[in-house]
Amino acid sequence: MQKNAFFNGLTIPLMLLLPQLAITVVFFYWPASQAVWQSFLLEDAFGTSTEFVWFENYQLLFSDPGYLKAFINTLIFSSFVCMLSLSIALLFAVMADRAIRGAEIFKTLLIWPYAVAPAVAGVLWLFMFDPSLGMLARGLSSMGIAWNPRLNGNDAMLLVILAATWKQISYNFLFFLAGLQSIPKSVIEAAVIDGARPMRRFWTIVFPLLSPTTFFLLVVNIVYVFFDTFGIIDTITGGGPSGATETLVYKVFSDGKGGSNLGGSAAQSVVLLVMVIAMTAVQFKFIERRVSY
Amino acid sequence: MVEDRRLGDLIAYIILSIGVLIVAFPVWLTFVASTWDAATIINGQLPLYPGPKLFENYYRILFVGTSGTTREPVLGMMLNSFVMAMAIAIGKIFISVLSAYAIVYYRFPFRMAAFWIIFVTLMLPVEVRIFPTFKVVSDLNMLDTYQGLAVPLIASATGTLLFRQFFMTIPDELLEASRIDGAGPFKFFKDTVVPLSITTIAALFVIQFIYGWNQYLWPLLVTTKDSMQTIVIAIKKMIVTSDALTEWQLAMATAMLAMLPPVLVVVLMQRLFVKGLVETEK
Amino acid sequence: MAQVTLTNVKKVYAGGVEAVKGVSFDIPDGGFCVLVGPSGCGKSTLLRMVAGLETISAGEVSIGERVVNEIGPADRDIAMVFQNYALYPHMSVYDNMAYGLRNRGTPKDEIDRRVKEAARILAIEGLLERRPKQLSGGQRQRVAMGRAIVRKPQVFLFDEPLSKLDAKLRVQMRVEIKKLQRALGVTAIYVTHDQVEAMTLSDKLVVMNGGQVEQIGLPADVYKKPASKFVATFIGSPPMNILPGTIDGPGIVALGDAILEARDLRQDLPAQTAVEVGLRPEDVEIASEGEAGSLPFDVEFIEELGATQLFHGQLAGLPFVMQAATDVVAAQAGRIWITVDPDRVHVFDSMTGVRLGRV
Repeated sequence: MQKNAFFNGLTIPLMLLLPQLAITVVFFYWPASQAVWQSFLLEDAFGTSTEFVWFENYQLLFSDPGYLKAFINTLIFSSFVCMLSLSIALLFAVMADRAIRGAEIFKTLLIWPYAVAPAVAGVLWLFMFDPSLGMLARGLSSMGIAWNPRLNGNDAMLLVILAATWKQISYNFLFFLAGLQSIPKSVIEAAVIDGARPMRRFWTIVFPLLSPTTFFLLVVNIVYVFFDTFGIIDTITGGGPSGATETLVYKVFSDGKGGSNLGGSAAQSVVLLVMVIAMTAVQFKFIERRVSY
Repeated sequence: MVEDRRLGDLIAYIILSIGVLIVAFPVWLTFVASTWDAATIINGQLPLYPGPKLFENYYRILFVGTSGTTREPVLGMMLNSFVMAMAIAIGKIFISVLSAYAIVYYRFPFRMAAFWIIFVTLMLPVEVRIFPTFKVVSDLNMLDTYQGLAVPLIASATGTLLFRQFFMTIPDELLEASRIDGAGPFKFFKDTVVPLSITTIAALFVIQFIYGWNQYLWPLLVTTKDSMQTIVIAIKKMIVTSDALTEWQLAMATAMLAMLPPVLVVVLMQRLFVKGLVETEK
Repeated sequence: MAQVTLTNVKKVYAGGVEAVKGVSFDIPDGGFCVLVGPSGCGKSTLLRMVAGLETISAGEVSIGERVVNEIGPADRDIAMVFQNYALYPHMSVYDNMAYGLRNRGTPKDEIDRRVKEAARILAIEGLLERRPKQLSGGQRQRVAMGRAIVRKPQVFLFDEPLSKLDAKLRVQMRVEIKKLQRALGVTAIYVTHDQVEAMTLSDKLVVMNGGQVEQIGLPADVYKKPASKFVATFIGSPPMNILPGTIDGPGIVALGDAILEARDLRQDLPAQTAVEVGLRPEDVEIASEGEAGSLPFDVEFIEELGATQLFHGQLAGLPFVMQAATDVVAAQAGRIWITVDPDRVHVFDSMTGVRLGRV
């Protein structure tokens, strides 16, 4: 895609691009290449010498049970958050798409959690489910349900899933609603004339027509769960108890924090980098396909 | 349509009300907690209605600060957050509107290369390259500075892609008419492109302000001085593992204050917010 | 005011596509030249080369005494009205008109005077504070004209300016454009694919096809003596009937069994040469059976147009249309006999489509 009317020249466009390119190179390409470089280096215990070790960091990484665990955690965490937040958001969006009175107000009331920082969302849920003072935690224990996210890994995982879902519903809701509203009324009316009842109408007409939105949201949600949930996990569990809620991104941070395992942390970064690039490629293909419709 | 809608509408109201409840309850509880004293909370006696300490708690947190954990008053942290969010939003708009203009309205040898260099950064958040980026910032002596907080987060492709997409919808004839009217590249940019982009700029601003305000990991790393803390990272510091030391009423008041500006932006500028969100993701 | 001269102007796009293949003509000072042709014939490209929006690959364009090939659009002393008007959506009507003058550093009171004058001429004085969005199609059209007028250019360029208007408004604006151009005495070049606009507006008609000029002339001459089969069928509505025939002698063509006299026909063509004969529906008259030079026409159905009627049917086994006054009564179907004035019989080369007229 390009314009048929344009200017010529080289100096001016390069000057215009300079700020963005400079920032991108200094704070993106340089650090990213540093990460790749470091992933091939190993520091000794005292940090006095470094050695080029080829893929040893990667070998160590993939044989590390802790990394495997973080991988499984990420898988569980992201599938639950995606499933929950997408289906709940879709339900709300379908309801808000009905021409009911006050639909606009409901919309406003449902979208604002997007503006809540993940870290703050984490604190909110931590406060509700803190085993000793949380209102809902006490409710659970009064019903005889054992609950302690500080000690029980499953409880901790459940809590971060709930907080991350809560935060993501508004985003998915907004896109589903926009997707629903872009379905031509005439298509729905044709289905009504064809005798399709509301539920059938939804599953045979509306849901298939929404599939581009759903697919798009799925990719975005995976990226969200991977990266933006760092604040939620850090405030609620700090990756604990004993690594039960440590995701891939969290592990990059915790392994690199003390500077003790920079090579390993860098190798993890590179693995994540590759995963995100793959997702971007999928997304890009999808955008291309959608444009050609 | 001729259809009995009453039952369906009723179900819709019930489900949406449950939705609003789910969304609002944690925040209401936070607000309630911020209006009671520490003892009520720690004893697990928190009721569902606000208490008497609203002004006391908020006054203390805004102007005095917590006694042990963060020391600084939250007002200063809010200022830090505000400066960071504004710098990210304005900086990103500035660099991306310029680069998109160059890519869309100029033909030059490295055009596609420049586009791809920028495009690759689209979905790679700072978390992936966190430590090397931290090292660059520290080598540049930018730790504990506003530049250090904001500039590395400006580097991303979203803005450029958004403006590029918008510029492509401006009819070619407008450039041609401007040319006949004697306007060159700078005049066309200033008199036509920027005024036409105002809503797009505003929409991007809303999204980026929220993004900047809500940053967590990055400010956690690059700020070491108490005076440079942002409000979002302060909340975490206020909550210490042993419950006895956590001044929950103050942490919750801080959480309310941390939510207030971005939530206000979303509610008051809902149309721009929705536009920004939907269009940056296209 | 100025004369515009095009000398062997070519446009070759990167990739070798030749959009304009060497066009030469000139427009006298104050003339109204219409470029007409089907889409893709190169007429818009030619106009845009005169405007300076496209570079000229070869040849020369001059405005007045000045060759403008290397001069930017702003300095060619031209004004252009675009198909989609290209009004600046964020500026008021006043600012839209004033923008070009401001860029030239025209004094403020002079700008004000000119904008108000143009607004008065176009009867849009009440709209000056509005935004383009708040205007109707016809009003936008006027603002686009106003933007051209205030510049007091040497040449007006119009790129299908009426194509976005509804039929009724189109007729009205067409008349206004012509009046305005006369009153201001500015040279105009006007691109359209609408042959009615082309006929009514121009005092110099340029018919283009495939990047080349098919014919240049007064509109009446182009209509009366189309230089090619393409022009013959493009200008005129309903289009000219084209029938295959052969030369039967000097000035005589045969259409099947029937013989037809053609006054404007080269005399040196050998008998039996295959040609194509063009007859305009409006030139056909009803004759009585057996009249000398009459042709049999099998009418299949009749279209009533109000002022006239169209007879559709077959002539010598080929589809044929004639136009008749409403008082002509004919059976809904059946054979009638027709004649054509020998001055209005057009003969074209069956291979090249070129008119085979007297030299």
